[in-house]
Amino acid sequence: MTPAKFEPGDRVRVRADEQPGHVRTPGYVRGKTGRIERFLGAFKNPESLAYGGSGLPEKPLYKVGFRQTDLWDGYAGRAQDALYVDLYEHWLEPARKETL
Amino acid sequence: MSGTHHDLEEHGHEGVKPSAEAGRHAARIRAIEALLVEKGVLAEEDVRRQIEYMEANSPANGARLVARAWVDPGFKALLLSDTKAAALELGIDASGPVEFVTVENTPGVHNLIVCTLCSCYPRAILGRPPDWYKSMEYRSRAVNEPRAVMREFGLEIPEDIKVAVHDSSADVRYLVLPMRPAGTEGMSEEELAGLVTRDCLIGVSMPSFEGVRDSAARYR
Repeated sequence: MTPAKFEPGDRVRVRADEQPGHVRTPGYVRGKTGRIERFLGAFKNPESLAYGGSGLPEKPLYKVGFRQTDLWDGYAGRAQDALYVDLYEHWLEPARKETL
Repeated sequence: MSGTHHDLEEHGHEGVKPSAEAGRHAARIRAIEALLVEKGVLAEEDVRRQIEYMEANSPANGARLVARAWVDPGFKALLLSDTKAAALELGIDASGPVEFVTVENTPGVHNLIVCTLCSCYPRAILGRPPDWYKSMEYRSRAVNEPRAVMREFGLEIPEDIKVAVHDSSADVRYLVLPMRPAGTEGMSEEELAGLVTRDCLIGVSMPSFEGVRDSAARYR
């Protein structure tokens, strides 16, 4: 595995790609901006494993936090509510601070 | 895979129901299993061993982890930093490629677990998930209206508390460490474990203690 690119606290944007096939990036976070909460380890790539591949090289996996109000129009909960999704590094790109 | 009846089942929001469909799926699984055995991919014994392994785990394992964490701060720290190691200390073998993370409820944060992409669940510790956890309704609504979903389970989260939803989208399985209810100071570890239900470990419920029935009050 390549060294983890992001650190806790980093702002990241999830790629907005419509990638076909088996991916573990939920549609509702694609194109959204969140914050790296923690590094979870390196795991075999599910996009390769699902088709009989080796899953190698392993991909860094992060727990990424989002504000619920950034994800859903008209979110009925509270402003402080958050949603955390586990995302592989190749789905993330650095986000500029002003995009928040 | 076509047919009006089937389409209704696929797109309805009534959750998972046992039906004739289950029999059809079971027959399909048996046919696939027979082929895999015939081709030497797996043996009947592997299937039996895996079923035994799954059946051996239950929410009682999670309750034991929680109760120990409530009475032993060192164990609680281990549970939060390395759930696999903590489980092993209680004789629960959660080894394997999947990682486990325990998230802690605090006076300011309430956690809720879901898997929107399929139905990932900490099976190696808690066994099989409840049917509602696998339903399309829970999986879709838990992420965008978690407070309403929890309310339907009888759990009202006060407005000033942060609701943190964890979507188990990859290789990590999550468990909730609930807060110890007030008034349980004199209870033994075993009695405490008796307060922790499966739903508390997912986050749609909180351990209740007689006399403290109001969930909002438990957050005060």
